Amino acid sequence: MSETNDKIDTVLRMRNVCISYTRDKMAVNDVSADIARNRITAIMGPSGCGKSTLLRAVNRMHELYPDITVKGDILLNGKDIMKMNPMEVRRMAGMVFQRPNPFPTMSIYENVVAGLKFNDIKQGRSERDELVENCLRSVSLWDEVKDSLNKRGTFLSGGQQQRLCIARALALKPDVLLMDEPTSALDPVATNRIEELLLELKQQLTIVIVTHNMSQAARISDYSMFMYLGELVEFDNTEKMFTAPSDKRTEEYLNGRFG
Amino acid sequence: MKCGVYYRKLKDRLFFLTVCMFSFLTAVPLVAIISEVVLKGFRQINWAFFTEQAPSTLDAMIARNSGSILPGGIANGIAGTLLMVAAAALMAVPAGILCGIALAEKPKSFFSGTVRFIADLIQGTPSIVIGIIAYIWVVVPMKTFSGFAGSVALAIMMLPLIIRSTEEALKMLPSSLKEAGLALGSSYTSVVIRVMLPSAFGAIFTGILLSVSRVMGETAPLMLTALGCSVINWDIFTPSSAVPLLVWEFYNDPNLVDMIWSSSLFLLALIFIFNLISKIIIRKYV
Repeated sequence: MSETNDKIDTVLRMRNVCISYTRDKMAVNDVSADIARNRITAIMGPSGCGKSTLLRAVNRMHELYPDITVKGDILLNGKDIMKMNPMEVRRMAGMVFQRPNPFPTMSIYENVVAGLKFNDIKQGRSERDELVENCLRSVSLWDEVKDSLNKRGTFLSGGQQQRLCIARALALKPDVLLMDEPTSALDPVATNRIEELLLELKQQLTIVIVTHNMSQAARISDYSMFMYLGELVEFDNTEKMFTAPSDKRTEEYLNGRFG
Repeated sequence: MKCGVYYRKLKDRLFFLTVCMFSFLTAVPLVAIISEVVLKGFRQINWAFFTEQAPSTLDAMIARNSGSILPGGIANGIAGTLLMVAAAALMAVPAGILCGIALAEKPKSFFSGTVRFIADLIQGTPSIVIGIIAYIWVVVPMKTFSGFAGSVALAIMMLPLIIRSTEEALKMLPSSLKEAGLALGSSYTSVVIRVMLPSAFGAIFTGILLSVSRVMGETAPLMLTALGCSVINWDIFTPSSAVPLLVWEFYNDPNLVDMIWSSSLFLLALIFIFNLISKIIIRKYV
């Protein structure tokens, strides 16, 4: 990294993270990285290189699947996530998935406050209304849905649904937003809106975004990771990585020679 | 070449005709049964049929001899059926749903495998055997036949249907739904209660309705448990009647034979309505 650690506030620290789905094959192999606060960090790489796997380790999503083992240390705000309650970890590190997945039985309003309900956070009616408005405004969805807050979330278009899912994650005021290819199921217009949104959101929080769209990484990220076959090949300032990559594999990937 | 095409067309037509013929053949007895029940049962259906208890042999004989329709109705059976089915549902639904959740969430555990196997076994067990079990478990210790014993037997029969339909309903939900809930810092219980169950509500409810309509017509287990009762009785801890039990009683009394058809029509209509409701729910929610 071009900037040293003491100049930049590290929100997420990964040390020797190894993740395996089966005993003999590593999906993520010995990855160490420091993620800077209020920056967008993109994780790039060809399909199956372990980008999503690494991302999902941060909010302990792998615990749902008993076959997956995670080794190494991940520190969120200096605290070991394995020593924290998984619910607390997930509240601090929100996640947006590849496909928009609003809760089908809930209205738009209920979808936004779902996280509060799940965590038994009690709020007054007006306070909650305000929160919903703020969250929907920050994903620039408010003007489109303010008259249909009681309609089902699934009634929205794909791009709107994804923005609703981001609003839902923001409602819990997370420190980190983990995004797993959030635009890969969306058209270019919707993608563009989400990218603009991310650039605004980084004032408030840290974003780690997995993408296999290199131009997207170049457009929005401050730092980029390049992963290949489960290894972290290169992790640097995005500008530097795209202009003068230090590893030959990164250069080849960025030039479209593989992946 | 042309001849080949002609031959294939003929084969195609022949196959189609065979399919049509056999489907027609299976439909014939079905239509015959329903039309017979409707035609013979319709005569007896009137207001008294739903509000009065079954007639005595003597009253029925007098009515028969004078050529009028039989007096009385099957209200004692309807009351018993409603009471027992409701009590059975009260026992089987919570247990079945919880069990179904366990099977869907831990599909490969030893517990799930065992429960699944037993559920399938119960589903295949002759209902009279379940009646005997309810007799030994409930009637013998309580020293009396009762509607409660009948509802225990019916609950045992409902359980496997509810367990499996809940399991299937939950398995059909995409895993992204559960992940979305957990990713918001939700506890596991919260996700199941607030996200998974509401999303699968339609399918689970349909399973419950179908299991209710399945046990509503059961006779054999009730013979050994509820026994029967000639008056309208809302006390579940005393012997109770049920519509299918009445059908059996009417069959055994030559003077009351006409009531068989109307009672059967009633059962058929009730089950038809339950199936219809579940179809509507499937279309709306699933």
